[in-house]
Amino acid sequence: MHLAALPRDARLAALREEVRAIERSRFAVPAAAAPCLAFGIAEVDARLAGGGLAAGLHEAAAATPAANDEAAATLFLAALAARFAMARGEGGQVLWALARRDLFAPGLAQAGLAPDRLIYAECRNDDEVLAVMEEGVRHGSLAAVVGEVGRAAMPALRRLQLAAEEGGTAALLLRRWKKANADPLGQPSAALTRWRLACAPSAPLPHDGIGRARWRLALVRQRGGPPYEWLLEAPDAEARLALPARSGDRPDRADGAQPVAARPSVQAA
Amino acid sequence: MLRADGAGALVTAHKIGNQNLLAAACPRGRALGLARGMPLAKARLLVPGLDVRAADAEGDSAWLARLGLFAARRWTPRAAVSGPDGLWLDLTGTAHLLGGERAMCARILGFCRRLGFTARIAVAGTAGAAHALARFGGEPLILCPSGGEADAVAPLPLAALRLDEAASSAAHRLGLDRIGALLAMPRGPLQRRFGPTLLTRLDQALGGAAEPFDPIVPEEPPSVLLRFIEPIATAEAIEQAIAEAVRRLVHRLAEAGLGVRRLVLACQRVDNSEQCQCVNLARAVRDGDHIRRLLCAKIEKIEPGFGIERLRLTAARVEPLAPRAVDGALAGAPAAPDLALLVDRLAVRLGARRVHRLTARESDLPERSVGRISPLGGAAAWPSWPRPVRLLVPPEPVEQVMALLPDGAPVRFTWRGRAYRVAAADGPERVYGEWWRCPQEREAVRDYFQVEDEVGARFWLYRCGDGGDPATGDQSWHMHGLFG
Repeated sequence: MHLAALPRDARLAALREEVRAIERSRFAVPAAAAPCLAFGIAEVDARLAGGGLAAGLHEAAAATPAANDEAAATLFLAALAARFAMARGEGGQVLWALARRDLFAPGLAQAGLAPDRLIYAECRNDDEVLAVMEEGVRHGSLAAVVGEVGRAAMPALRRLQLAAEEGGTAALLLRRWKKANADPLGQPSAALTRWRLACAPSAPLPHDGIGRARWRLALVRQRGGPPYEWLLEAPDAEARLALPARSGDRPDRADGAQPVAARPSVQAA
Repeated sequence: MLRADGAGALVTAHKIGNQNLLAAACPRGRALGLARGMPLAKARLLVPGLDVRAADAEGDSAWLARLGLFAARRWTPRAAVSGPDGLWLDLTGTAHLLGGERAMCARILGFCRRLGFTARIAVAGTAGAAHALARFGGEPLILCPSGGEADAVAPLPLAALRLDEAASSAAHRLGLDRIGALLAMPRGPLQRRFGPTLLTRLDQALGGAAEPFDPIVPEEPPSVLLRFIEPIATAEAIEQAIAEAVRRLVHRLAEAGLGVRRLVLACQRVDNSEQCQCVNLARAVRDGDHIRRLLCAKIEKIEPGFGIERLRLTAARVEPLAPRAVDGALAGAPAAPDLALLVDRLAVRLGARRVHRLTARESDLPERSVGRISPLGGAAAWPSWPRPVRLLVPPEPVEQVMALLPDGAPVRFTWRGRAYRVAAADGPERVYGEWWRCPQEREAVRDYFQVEDEVGARFWLYRCGDGGDPATGDQSWHMHGLFG
């Protein structure tokens, strides 16, 4: 094919396709067989290469060593895993490989990851977490595999990414902070997308209480696309993230009669 | 009128035809005059306050069959169920293994007592005499000397002979109520008057007629035994041996229509010690490749020493496994891999206890609200109160808390050496102590608050106590979890 003969847009598209083919491993299934999982938020999906998350390795980490940001990253991955599981229908199952015992299952259930979709594998160290994740994604019977690691070497991540593409299963990796000044996303990685999360103040309510939690969600790196950053609302019980309502759409703060928290925000495209 | 106080007396009743009859009575009930076969209405009249339960004949016979199976495995190879309430044990050649007849019987009685059964044992040279003495002898343990059966059964009532209704009522009419009376009579007239049953039973009790019984044969779990000409010690050789054993075992399982849930691999070494490895499976399987892979993962835990002479692979727990239709093969859709196989592999890699699901337990205390179940079990969901995603176990102390009493949320607090100022808060959610688990929790109260600081970090704090009464807690604050 002579690229020069094509119009500019088609030429770009052809080049992108070629790059994608190089990036994809020789084991990988064709792109058509692995559909992307959309967030259901038009503003986010439009920024993702492919319109969503493909089966492969995705990493998330807290923006600061604060424990709350890490909890936010955990919930974010739980919501993603729940969405992958829901996309598989009734029987979609998620494996959670953990090396620390502080995960609280009722909290995960409130992010949409129901207890009968989730199997836990308690590992002794980070290497075992990665090995269990690799076995899980390679098997192909799971919708997603979530793991929590402090340290991960590039070869292990590369293996995990290849296995995830091969098995058609999402591998979601939570990178925990080991030291206060060592950003877990500072090292290169084979992940398709890398996310960084931080808690953000929620919208004040006209009465006592706490509104829906908000996160600053940064897409630090993605394969085939530029980084981006959003302010999002935390997942609800159906694992749906949402954009905060624009100020014009908000109910009048002085009018206490209106329900506030139940207000839906921008919907899926 | 004087009526016995029947409080505490327990009977079971069953319905025969149109009548409600007593099936059994407890010792206290029997002391008050209740007996098997008495109409229930009469028993209630005699003993007010009687505790009546429905008789469970099937449950009883199931228990008896279990006991019989146990006896056949542990006490004697020849055991059988005798009627609705007894077991035959043939002690020939086995009593000395357990310390003689008396010691063995005492052990069996003790075993039954620990199970909650009241048992009576009679040992005699004939089955009929043992049957009669056990039920009518009146002692928990009767050892009848060899050849002394006639003397032993002579004082027993005729009912001890297992006669049919017609023969026993005819004998009763004639005034024959002891076996001894029959022994003194000539056989001819007895035969003519009562038919052949009476004499047969009498002979069986005295040893004049044989009485064979059909022993329980315990089912052995399917197993495969490999013996090696030369002891093996290398991993490759063990792997080959395992592959061969699995191939034979799967063949046997397929013939029996069974799937295996628990495998035991026992390797006997040349020094006569045994190395056992056990594999539990999440679901019944008969897939040879899968079983072999699981067992081969255990090879590194086997210490062959100077070599392994024998290798036995046992399917210790089996379940029926019918052939399954292959779905989607004709339509061209690839069959989805089976999750149970992955669970098995992870359980072998990590240990069976480390792969699990979490389900809701009925408790308001967060620490107790989560329970483990098997990885493919059905889990229950939690109520939708706000719960953090990370729980701190144990809860960490929080200092310098400023909060309005009795039920105000914290306004500022210090945790892990850092001060936080609260921007928004929700609560309290009050959790009471569970006095039925632990008496110290009778008064205990925790008030949980969800708070958000100025940068949006959310915490789950609680205060011990209700803010007023010191009996409910010491009013100290603790950090228990982190929201995302």
